[in-house]
Amino acid sequence: MVKRTIGKRSERVCNVVERGAVKRFAEAIGDPHPLYIEKDYGKHSRYKKNIAPPTFPRVFDYGKIEGLDLPKAGLIHGEQQFTYTRPLMVGESLYCYCEVESYEEKQARSGILGFLTIKYIGETASGQEVFTAKSVIILSEAVRRGR
Amino acid sequence: MNTIRQVRTGELLSEILLAPVSRMDLIKYAGASGDFNPIHTIDSEAKKAGLPKIIAHGMWTMGHISQLFTPYYEEGFVHRFVNRFSGMVFLDDVLTLKAKLVDSQGTDLNFEIEAVKQSGEKVVHGHVIFRLYEH
Repeated sequence: MVKRTIGKRSERVCNVVERGAVKRFAEAIGDPHPLYIEKDYGKHSRYKKNIAPPTFPRVFDYGKIEGLDLPKAGLIHGEQQFTYTRPLMVGESLYCYCEVESYEEKQARSGILGFLTIKYIGETASGQEVFTAKSVIILSEAVRRGR
Repeated sequence: MNTIRQVRTGELLSEILLAPVSRMDLIKYAGASGDFNPIHTIDSEAKKAGLPKIIAHGMWTMGHISQLFTPYYEEGFVHRFVNRFSGMVFLDDVLTLKAKLVDSQGTDLNFEIEAVKQSGEKVVHGHVIFRLYEH
């Protein structure tokens, strides 16, 4: 049951904002801006470095939440949020984890839908928050029954 | 040089018209993001999941929307980025991306954002708070 995972959290995982990964990601979102990929351009920017696009945290490993085994198919991404204290810097290490924030069921025309909210956190080694993200995932009746 | 500070309430940033969505776009995004859910790349898997055909990752669209703000990173950064996915994007769909300044408070510029299909259907809406640097 998804409900039992509310409040559960994964272990912190160290992720590096890798130069090659940022370049591939920037290209895949149609935005190969030199601030993301050209070393010299980054050096002369206000950041003195290259930065990563705001949706880049999708590539990070956030560890595993015990008891939360979602199927690969049948999930709908309903909503996504990111909140930053500053942009991500290419080359930095971030410690990432996630937790189940909430789970609610609502009656819809197609049956009962489950709304699962997962919170993602990225912080420095000393625990200073750099970003948080939230995903709302919708679980259809079929997905819920399969569990 | 472009400046976001000069944008007034009610004004839009330069709109972006994307090329028609291609299968290669979605394969590239799958590889770059690590999201290999086959409903985004393999027709038979999309059908098995009850979809008429493959659909773009919501995060493919959200990633493209962030382009609207990339020219302004010397002035500030994306502090908050919220997207609600309200419609499906299929191959050959043509999206227009828009950001409109609706409100500003101190150094925070609040933009309403949306992605609209060629048919006029809104597939994403949300907002961005772009936070200006004080110096």
